[in-house]
Amino acid sequence: MQIKSASRLVGRALLLPTLALSFSSVAFAGPDENQLIIEGETISTDTKAAAGNPLPHLYSGWRFRSIETQALQADDFENPAFTAVDTGEELWNTVDGSAGKSCSSCHNDAAESMAGVRAKMPSWSDSLGKPHTMETQINACREEQMGAEKWKWEAQDMLAMTAYVGLQSRGMPVALDLEKGEMQDWHDKGEDLYNTRVGQLNLSCANCHGGNFGKMIRADHLSQGQTNGFPVYRLKWGGLGSIHRRFKGCMDNIRATPYKRGSDEFIALEVYTANRGQGLSVETPSVRN
Amino acid sequence: MKPTKYLSLAIALTMLSAVSVADISPDDVPFDGSMQVNESLTGKAGDPTEGRKVFANRKLGNCLACHAASDQSDQLFHGEVGPSLDGVASRYPEGLLRTLVINAKKVFSERTVMPGFYSNEQGARVAEKFKGKTILTAQQVEDVVAYLTTFK
Ligand code: HEC
Ligand code: HEC
Repeated sequence: MQIKSASRLVGRALLLPTLALSFSSVAFAGPDENQLIIEGETISTDTKAAAGNPLPHLYSGWRFRSIETQALQADDFENPAFTAVDTGEELWNTVDGSAGKSCSSCHNDAAESMAGVRAKMPSWSDSLGKPHTMETQINACREEQMGAEKWKWEAQDMLAMTAYVGLQSRGMPVALDLEKGEMQDWHDKGEDLYNTRVGQLNLSCANCHGGNFGKMIRADHLSQGQTNGFPVYRLKWGGLGSIHRRFKGCMDNIRATPYKRGSDEFIALEVYTANRGQGLSVETPSVRN
Repeated sequence: MKPTKYLSLAIALTMLSAVSVADISPDDVPFDGSMQVNESLTGKAGDPTEGRKVFANRKLGNCLACHAASDQSDQLFHGEVGPSLDGVASRYPEGLLRTLVINAKKVFSERTVMPGFYSNEQGARVAEKFKGKTILTAQQVEDVVAYLTTFK
């Protein structure tokens, strides 16, 4: 036992110095200055905010995490989300449903066909008459194209697939199209929800992630609440979680009744938060504490 | 208000209600023009030792979520969302500290992020479990206020 844990410690100790070049010490007063480099490729973790964005400058949630958590995300072999990514790849190629098709039957190589998809989600769907999130799009394919049963929002298969598909857009800037269909209305509804004070603690999303990002809220370092890394592997969850699970967690914390995963309210909130991070790089699958 | 005066008021109130004093309800808290609530909500004096616990407890005041305080240095994490509370009793009279804990919006503006701990002004969609309840009881407010008055 002792030898095993000692060798694990050595493994960690070896990992950190290789990353040390790109890491500076943790600063608690704001985002740190660290750089995210995965497999030799730099992924920018901040960007200028577009005109009209309430934030002065955009920062990925990664910039607010501890060096240890950052290191897990900076190495695909250490990143615990990659077990699910592997499952996602398998599912991509697995025939399911009455039509005898897999995702790859229609979309071939995900590395090509899915590049950029995560970056523009949620996106308008004419057939649905509302925005598709990654989850609803995957289920639409399953039901309509494959004749397969839809997955639950937080099912392991769904998380694996959203992680796998999302990864294909890693490094690409978030770029929603609000001009299509009624996207702007959904965005505005999300903006209202974002600024509405809820719960016994009487706080809005903006109260924590707008005015106070960069500050410690007890043991937590407040980020801008960006969604560019989702689904994320949370150490606290011991697994992957969707954007809507995170929204629910924040609402629970302020003693509000959360909306349901997949509800119109959370979809609107997702449209708004995604657009609030317009220009940040997709980091799926991120690691969080 | 001076502590001695406050003490005598508290004692007077306790004597007035030999049997039991109904707490002042959240809607009946008398905020006067100076925004100070000078009476104890329960008619009893607060217990600073209890207040110290309520201050740190994540399920009660959780004041440390947003504030640092040197007296709590045994706790690992102190928040930065609000100012450090060191010396706060030298800056504010007790009546104002009480108002701050009851409903900080009365002292700052509607826009403050500090929750009202004894207020019915709550957000939308309050979770079932907490509906119709204040974050702290009247006595817990008194305990926290008594604790804050030691922050000289
Ligand atoms: C009381 C403070 C508070 C409120 C209010 C709050 N959050 Fe959070 N939120 C946190 C904390 C703490 C975290 C974890 C650390 C971080 O990333 O900020 C977090 C994380 C997040 C994340 C994950 C960010 C990442 O990069 O992993 C998202 C997204 C998010 N919040 C959205 C919301 C939304 C939407 C609302 C409103 C429904 C909301 N939050 C309300 C405190 C809050
Ligand atoms: C969600 C954050 C939050 C929580 C929780 C919180 N506060 Fe505050 N508090 C603030 C902020 C922010 C201010 C400064 C006023 C402002 O900017 O609105 C403040 C101001 C104060 C002040 C005035 C300090 C000064 O020097 O002006 C006192 C006293 C105070 N809080 C006490 C408490 C106590 C006691 C608790 C717990 C029972 C508590 N606070 C919980 C955010 C919070």
